[in-house]
Amino acid sequence: MRIKKHPVLSSIVEKTEVEFIFEGKMLKGYEGEPIAAALHENGVRVLRHDHRPRGFFCAIGNCSSCLMEVNGEPNVRVCVEELRDGMVINMQEGKGKLKGGEE
Amino acid sequence: MLHTEIAIIGGGPAGMCAAIAAANQGARVTLFDRGKRLGGQLVKQTHRFFGSEKEYAGIRGIDIAKILYEEIEKNKLIDVKLDTTVLAIYSDGVISYEEGKSYKRMTSEKTIIAAGAAEKMLLFENNDLPGVYGAGAVQTLMNEHGIVPGNNVLMIGAGNIGLIVSYQLMQAGVKVAAIIDAAPKVGGYLVHASKVRRLGVPILTSHTIKTALGNETVEGAVICEVDDKFNPIPNTDQTIDVDIICLAVGLSPQGELLRQTGCEVKYVPSLGGFVPLRDENLQTTTNGVYVAGDSAEVEEASSAMVEGTIAGLSAAEALGYGTNIVAIKEGFKNDLDVLRSGAVGEKIKSGLKLLSC
Ligand SMILES: Cc1cc2nc3c(=O)[nH]c(=O)nc-3n(C[C@H](O)[C@H](O)[C@H](O)COP(=O)(O)OP(=O)(O)OC[C@H]3O[C@@H](n4cnc5c(N)ncnc54)[C@H](O)[C@@H]3O)c2cc1C
Ligand code: FES
Repeated sequence: MRIKKHPVLSSIVEKTEVEFIFEGKMLKGYEGEPIAAALHENGVRVLRHDHRPRGFFCAIGNCSSCLMEVNGEPNVRVCVEELRDGMVINMQEGKGKLKGGEE
Repeated sequence: MLHTEIAIIGGGPAGMCAAIAAANQGARVTLFDRGKRLGGQLVKQTHRFFGSEKEYAGIRGIDIAKILYEEIEKNKLIDVKLDTTVLAIYSDGVISYEEGKSYKRMTSEKTIIAAGAAEKMLLFENNDLPGVYGAGAVQTLMNEHGIVPGNNVLMIGAGNIGLIVSYQLMQAGVKVAAIIDAAPKVGGYLVHASKVRRLGVPILTSHTIKTALGNETVEGAVICEVDDKFNPIPNTDQTIDVDIICLAVGLSPQGELLRQTGCEVKYVPSLGGFVPLRDENLQTTTNGVYVAGDSAEVEEASSAMVEGTIAGLSAAEALGYGTNIVAIKEGFKNDLDVLRSGAVGEKIKSGLKLLSC
């Protein structure tokens, strides 16, 4: 849920809405916000599976709990990677597959 | 290869103050931060700060960051590199970093490490379930990006961070089911505890978490009472419905880069874990490498700012800049003593005694 009213933070301003694709579904988010924030806002908390489901933990790029496949590139820390219009984001299994690498 | 006089790694309160202090003496400074803006932990602190007036107590953390940033912007001797993660410091002093998407290298005469701290994990069943978040992560999501983490939170840890983040959650309209802490007493300041109690949030001391419930994400938690040796007391289990478990169980200094320089470290629990030995100028046992702020010992923004200033002045002085720096530094060392005068300060001071070199 987005915070609409806040007693202290006046800087939460309206931003540009963009569309992106998550696991084949079209979702909406704000341009430039972390991908993890946009997913969270859409109710997506499970970001990958590595034997067990994993979500984010630190949200500042420290812990690598949030690795996903973005535009075909695996191991992207989506808590710090900014959302852009038309991005294709997929859940990652384990270590992920390198783009153009061997199967 | 690029070269700078003083490289400062980390643009939180410690690194920002180090940059200002060194540049004011005439040194050329490069300030690195992996974030999109300067400020470190300050940019998510919406509350008015405790501490002394000289270190901006009474002002909200987000506004302190702004004041320091304006001063940095004015100073032509400070080169700020944002969105830049320092990856490594090699034994020959080469600093490698990723600026945006490019990999680069730089050398420096002096290096100040002010990389802050990382949140601690807690051991319990299912602690890796999505929905178990660090308190800092919850703050980042809420106060930087304007998104609430969930509907109903169990906060683990009744220190200042646990109490303040609970209050911030409620400001954002999120319910806090309870704050629990294994210690028999609330660790944070009474003002913060009273604020959340008044809003009806129970603070359960001598309680711990046993299990996070849920298959794909957090759907609840089992908590129980602990005895004075922190062992769970049988038959005291209680299940609570929450969708977020927030961990505020302390921080440990970020020491990877420091260790790469080969400096000597010691394990001091009261300072947050492994911390570097340092002299009164905050120079580590590696010549030319200084440390300041939460990377030196987990403390507060106020002391981080003073330490940053002392480290910045010392590095500039070692390069031959400035006059009368010894006297200026004396003033700041006194400030640190004043900041560390309470009961918490005593604990920090006795920890620091183990680290002088
Ligand atoms: C909820 C909460 C409430 C608090 N309230 C108060 C208060 O009221 N009063 C008070 O005095 N203190 C308070 N503090 C503590 C205070 O915020 C910290 O002690 C202070 O921010 C430490 O400053 P620092 O500069 O050492 O580290 P940080 O603020 O953590 O800054 C470190 C910076 O280094 C950067 N960095 C790390 N590694 C790298 C790398 N490899 N490359 C590039 N950049 C890097 C990070 O991005 C970050 O910006 C609070 C903390 C929290 C979490
Ligand atoms: S959540 Fe820790 S790196 Fe993204």
